[in-house]
Amino acid sequence: MKIHRRSLALMAIAVLSSAAAAPALAQAPSILVASTTSTQDSGLFGHLLPLFKAATGIEVKVVALGTGQALDVGRRGDADVVFVHARSEEEKFQAEGFGVRRHPVMYNDFVLIGPKSDPAGVQGSTDIAAALRAIKDRKLPFVSRGDRSGTHVAELRLWKDAGVDIAADKGDWYKAIGQGMGAALNTAAAANAYLLADRGTWLAFRNKADLAIVVQGDKRLFNQYGVMLVNPARHPTVKKEAGQRFIDWLVSPQGQRAIADYKVGGEPLFFPNAGDPNA
Amino acid sequence: MPDNASALQLVLSGDPALFSIVLLAMIVSLSAVLLAALIGVPLGALIALTSFRGRDGAIVLLNTLMGLPPVVIGLLVYLALSRSGPLGAWGLLFTPQAMVIAQTILVAPIIAALSRQTIEDLWLEYRDELTAMNVPWPGRVGTLIWDARFSLITALLAGFGRAAAEVGAVIIVGGNIEGHTRTMTTAIALETSKGDLPLAIGLGIVLMAIVLMVNALAWVVRRAAERVAG
Repeated sequence: MKIHRRSLALMAIAVLSSAAAAPALAQAPSILVASTTSTQDSGLFGHLLPLFKAATGIEVKVVALGTGQALDVGRRGDADVVFVHARSEEEKFQAEGFGVRRHPVMYNDFVLIGPKSDPAGVQGSTDIAAALRAIKDRKLPFVSRGDRSGTHVAELRLWKDAGVDIAADKGDWYKAIGQGMGAALNTAAAANAYLLADRGTWLAFRNKADLAIVVQGDKRLFNQYGVMLVNPARHPTVKKEAGQRFIDWLVSPQGQRAIADYKVGGEPLFFPNAGDPNA
Repeated sequence: MPDNASALQLVLSGDPALFSIVLLAMIVSLSAVLLAALIGVPLGALIALTSFRGRDGAIVLLNTLMGLPPVVIGLLVYLALSRSGPLGAWGLLFTPQAMVIAQTILVAPIIAALSRQTIEDLWLEYRDELTAMNVPWPGRVGTLIWDARFSLITALLAGFGRAAAEVGAVIIVGGNIEGHTRTMTTAIALETSKGDLPLAIGLGIVLMAIVLMVNALAWVVRRAAERVAG
């Protein structure tokens, strides 16, 4: 009995220490970046991070969440860098003293996805506000992220642009699922619903079913990404040197070229614009 | 993991990314089950053999804790381990250790509740004998745990099954970081969100196969040990 218990304890210690040793073996400096599902699901990080590691030796660990959640991880001091896409939320984060300085990095655009049969009759339009009004007027199924993500924030802004008070006007046709971009696309694919998506995730998404892009090209669909170091004055555990090197690399000519080089099916997913002071 | 690969191809080709995911998932879940056993079995035995005020309440509570939602445990462990939380100085959030902690909390009540039932049933059978022989307390507990060991394996397997299958806790406290805290279940969730449903299903089948192997191994060990113990 004694031996039994002791061997059990020894096994536990052995297994635990091996679990502990696994990350310790990789002695390379590492930073934690809280980012969005769109940058991960589109495969951008899979392309960028090996290049950054080759250039600097720094390992980047990415936790992919919605923009609202990613910023909350930064607020709690659990990330070194936040890399998200909702300018109003980012500026709030900075104003609260959690972010050091916001750097624009790249953009892509949102697209309105819908069933190929297009019951709203908006296919080919470049007026997102008119398209949303048509969906609302006919009460056609619409899937919303509903998760305070960058895409959700943009969707709410577009409803406002369309003159629709979505909080008051939503009905059974408006499904807020509270999940990531991929889950929203899966739901829309199953329900033949309309939804707003970022182009990168849409292009990389593999379960398109009967969905297609119905509205694109409206300048209100612009989708800017920004990066910030979490304020070390607020959270002393932030790895400021390594985190700042990641930010510097993203906005450097080398990093910007790496972003431009990332393509899926020959199409670029993100467009670097670190030099744009208004972005 | 490479694009356009089925899970079967990944397994057959010995894909290193898949291998590290499987390895991490097993290390985390097995560590959690062992730690939970060290807590749960003695706790179950204690409740089985003692009578105290509120014992019925304690048993109902323990049985209820078996149904703790993983996502709630994940959230509580997240808040505790966060840099802004009480244990933030440990710096354990988004590490495999955080995943072990969360799964230990998930599994310990299951092992404790099932051990309590098993040992109590055996106690009813042994009580007169052990009392008559005037066996001291530690000896009683030891004898009961030892004689119940084959049934307790089932309790451990139930705990392992729960740990290996859950995604809610590990995805919150681990963060699903590629090459660091990505396990089978969080990889399945990720591939589903990328719309790669065939790969997600394939990974699910791989996970089931591994759990099946662990259970088969436990069964073989049990059979062999029973023959020896005769």
